[in-house]
Amino acid sequence: MKPAAFDYHAPRTVEEALALLWNYGEDGKILAGGQSLVPTMNFRLTQPTALIDLNGIEGLFFLREDDDELRCGAMTRQREVERSALVKRIVPLLHETMPHIAHAQIRNRGTIGGSLAHADPTAELPALAIALDASMYVRSFTEARWISARDYYVGLFTTSMQPDEMLLEVAFPGLPAGSGWAFEEVARQKGNYAMCGAAAVVDLAEGGSVGNVTLVFLGVGEAPVEAEQAASLLVGEKPTAAAIRAASDAAAKLDIDPVGDIHAGPAFRRHLAGVLAERVLTKACERAAGHERQ
Amino acid sequence: MSTRQFGQPIKRNEDPRLLTGRALFTDDVQLAGMLHVAFLRSDLAHARIRSIDVDGARQSPGVAAVYTADDLGDYWQPGPLLVPPLPVEQIEFYQRTQVPLAKEKVCHAGEAVAMVVAESRYLAEDALDGIFVDYEPLDAVVDLGSALAEDAPLVHDDLGHNINARVTQAKGNWVQAEADADLIIRRRFSYDRGTAAAMENRGIVANWEEKSQHLTIWDTTQAPIAIRNGLAAMLGLSEHQVRVIAPFIGGGFGPKIMMFYPEEVLLAWATMQLGRPLKWIEDREENFYATTQERGQVHDARIALKEDGTVLGVKDVFLHDAGAYAPYGLTVPVSSQCTLLGPYVVPNYHSEFTSVFTNKPIVTPYRGAGRQHGVFVMERLLDIAAKELAIDPIEIRRKNYIQPEQFPYANDIVFQDFTQLIYDSGNYEPALDRALDLVGYEAFVREEQPKRRAAGERVGIGVVSYVEGTGIGPYEGARVTVESSGKISVATGIGTQGQGHYTSFAQVIADQIGVKVSDIHIVTGDTDLFYWGAGTFASRGAVVAGNAMHAAASKVREKILKVAGEKLEAAEEDLELIEGRVQVKGVPQTSISLGQLAVGANPMRGGVKPGTEPGLEATEYFGPERGATASGVHAVILRVDPDTFNLEIEKYVVVHDCGKVINPLILDGQIQGGVAQGIGNAFYEQLHFDENGALLNASLMDYLLPTALDVPNIVSDHVVTPSPLNPLGVKGAGEAGAIPVGALFAQAIDSAFGDIGLEVREIPLSPNRLFELVTEASAREMV
Repeated sequence: MKPAAFDYHAPRTVEEALALLWNYGEDGKILAGGQSLVPTMNFRLTQPTALIDLNGIEGLFFLREDDDELRCGAMTRQREVERSALVKRIVPLLHETMPHIAHAQIRNRGTIGGSLAHADPTAELPALAIALDASMYVRSFTEARWISARDYYVGLFTTSMQPDEMLLEVAFPGLPAGSGWAFEEVARQKGNYAMCGAAAVVDLAEGGSVGNVTLVFLGVGEAPVEAEQAASLLVGEKPTAAAIRAASDAAAKLDIDPVGDIHAGPAFRRHLAGVLAERVLTKACERAAGHERQ
Repeated sequence: MSTRQFGQPIKRNEDPRLLTGRALFTDDVQLAGMLHVAFLRSDLAHARIRSIDVDGARQSPGVAAVYTADDLGDYWQPGPLLVPPLPVEQIEFYQRTQVPLAKEKVCHAGEAVAMVVAESRYLAEDALDGIFVDYEPLDAVVDLGSALAEDAPLVHDDLGHNINARVTQAKGNWVQAEADADLIIRRRFSYDRGTAAAMENRGIVANWEEKSQHLTIWDTTQAPIAIRNGLAAMLGLSEHQVRVIAPFIGGGFGPKIMMFYPEEVLLAWATMQLGRPLKWIEDREENFYATTQERGQVHDARIALKEDGTVLGVKDVFLHDAGAYAPYGLTVPVSSQCTLLGPYVVPNYHSEFTSVFTNKPIVTPYRGAGRQHGVFVMERLLDIAAKELAIDPIEIRRKNYIQPEQFPYANDIVFQDFTQLIYDSGNYEPALDRALDLVGYEAFVREEQPKRRAAGERVGIGVVSYVEGTGIGPYEGARVTVESSGKISVATGIGTQGQGHYTSFAQVIADQIGVKVSDIHIVTGDTDLFYWGAGTFASRGAVVAGNAMHAAASKVREKILKVAGEKLEAAEEDLELIEGRVQVKGVPQTSISLGQLAVGANPMRGGVKPGTEPGLEATEYFGPERGATASGVHAVILRVDPDTFNLEIEKYVVVHDCGKVINPLILDGQIQGGVAQGIGNAFYEQLHFDENGALLNASLMDYLLPTALDVPNIVSDHVVTPSPLNPLGVKGAGEAGAIPVGALFAQAIDSAFGDIGLEVREIPLSPNRLFELVTEASAREMV
């Protein structure tokens, strides 16, 4: 469990990093927090020619509010996001989810950009990015573009970024007043990979029926899975227990097609998806209703 | 009077060093010119080796040597059989033991095929990529049942079958018991594999010094003396030319007493070839393949009872997974066979097992060593019978306990140490009553459980009993010396892997010699400091080495009293040993320090009386006639989340009887650690092999160990029934925590789902498996 030899670069600016990435292409790997990359290198599952270490680029460590959005630099540590009052105020769902990510020691080192770009289908942040309709700012040496989270995730450990592109920043739109939200997951042990997780964001329309709802699962597909059929069942309905139950059943039955692994077979994952959908939808609807009353 | 040290909760002498990183572990050994070793291990579980091309590796940067089986010449030999077949009449036994490097075929994933020696571990691993093995993949034997099919692939072609052994042991007459029974329960039970996952993996440093013609080995072994003797013989050296040091070791748990691991044989040989020190430290991935594992068994068991719950007999037929090789003989399945009888009167018993070879890593004892299975089968049978007979599960146990006046209690079968299975002493009901009290059984069953169940909660209670054969022979020794400083130095042959030996042994000695525990310096596991011994296994350190310590210390005490009597001109019976001095009872002014006595016992000039031995020193050995049987009761209240099927342990109680207790603090640590491993075994840990014998979860990302968050605080208490088999009256406690946890979880989970008739018949469980079992049981209930 020793990595193969690699070149190591510690650029001080984004431009320098992008030049290196342009130079190495697929043979270069970006080192952010290293919490996933380094173990795979130790197993020699990944043998990059070079590591481009972003830890020395100060411009990638930031959290700020910009036009009702939370802007988060790619190298911002997960632990900082977890503890940020700004995050709690603008995107409370993100705040609430952070403690579910691995263990505190890992969050101390792990970064927002690293987790988003790694695209692990059991990770919390990619699912959350979709639930919150986040946008990714990516750059190559020559180009820059914004990609919506829904277009960013394309498959197992795969994003729509090109090999010479790097994620620099993510923008999370603030949750409007009157919306409700919730996140839950089931892992075999606290801090371990989730067998299934679910995030929900709900807006209630005038009169208390569901206006908009986004329900996203993790751990039940090759990428985060948005439960569109469940959402369409719920929109326009009063958020009663029965309606939520029906939507959750639909989510588990129709919206996902999980494969099993050693920890959870397809049937159990489906069961958990139904349980979690019901829990997060209920909580999100309650919160939305609570906001409305205020 | 000084207070007695034996029995006191003294903090461990070794902990300051261990906790501040000042203790020597194998990987801490750094020698000038040291080279590093990596192994090429087979990705396939079963394949013929057509050819191996190592040219690329030999040319890789920094490589000193690359070896395959063919390079070893006559040194290539299958390992020894450590435990010969059991001396019983009905036995078949086929010996196949592991080889240093696979030659014609590989028999399990991770079996070593080639060895690379290089300037660093990084370079050694780089060179592995330059080795090309041409394999012919073969079908693998994975599943226990299909291993015995007519057309099963053969793990060892020349055997013609996959049987390692068949053994039948019986007492009384099962057929009669069956005929006399009011009720027969028959069930199939299974237990799957896990791994000990010690915090420290294995490691070896080997150093041949050409000029002194001396070989030194630092090895994470539980049996340094046996390693020295074996390596000396294999290498054609005198035992005095080989020194094996087992330094501090981060957990043994049994797999580290397996020998000889291929790496032990190979590093010792290669350092002599190369004339340079070599180091190999097993990494976590290797540990999942190259270190031995345990626990695969499938039982088809029957119990015969009278209507009132009296057990008439048990018949058990089981398959045991030996893995690819079986160097440890039949210790594990025989332990299962014997431990099944538990604390109960079982007048008629028929037990037969078939140990089968599979294309999976080698199986040798791991904490519990087969006892888990026996306890699981018996406790489950009693639970199911109690339900069937509408008897309280506690009462059926109470009714069948061996009574205090029945000891020593003979079970008429042969135990793993080849002696008759005779329980030396025991008193089971007080432990049961105490456990019921501590867990709050009555209140839970009568009030809390019904109330919480009505509120939709899934809460259950479990209470199980077990015995643990401990402290088996053959023997251990100890040398106790009073140094001229007045401090005591002690050496023994067994190694230490975290048990607190430096403290508990010191407590045994302190009382005899009248010194503080902190003034006693203990050395374990260095073959140059103590020549004879067997090793640390089978919960025997305190019993066997502890009593050797006691004997040697008593002898030294006699010597001290004799010379002090002469010096102080007092009768020996008028003297007492207090705080490092000998004094005339009640007259502190008339005294002499142990240091002064020690100096006097080693005169530098003048003559001594004929027959005088120098020094205040004694070496003594202790060997019990047979093992001491410890026992205990575990009780648990647990809650299953009805939606996610995760478990929460609300209360965990252990009441344990290991005879006289040397140090209750250390004992509680042993129990706590054992329970943690038991919880892992019951609900988190499982090695998943696919149909080709590939291990799917060879990392701690996917192999789940219980963490501090999963292991509750344990309420523990002790009942003391001294063993009559040794002067200290002690019994072993090393495995007690781990043994009954599977049976306990099964009972408590059944209790939580009693309304749908859930019956757990397998371990390990998981949320996924519970979901499946509950879904099936609910469907049955609805029919």
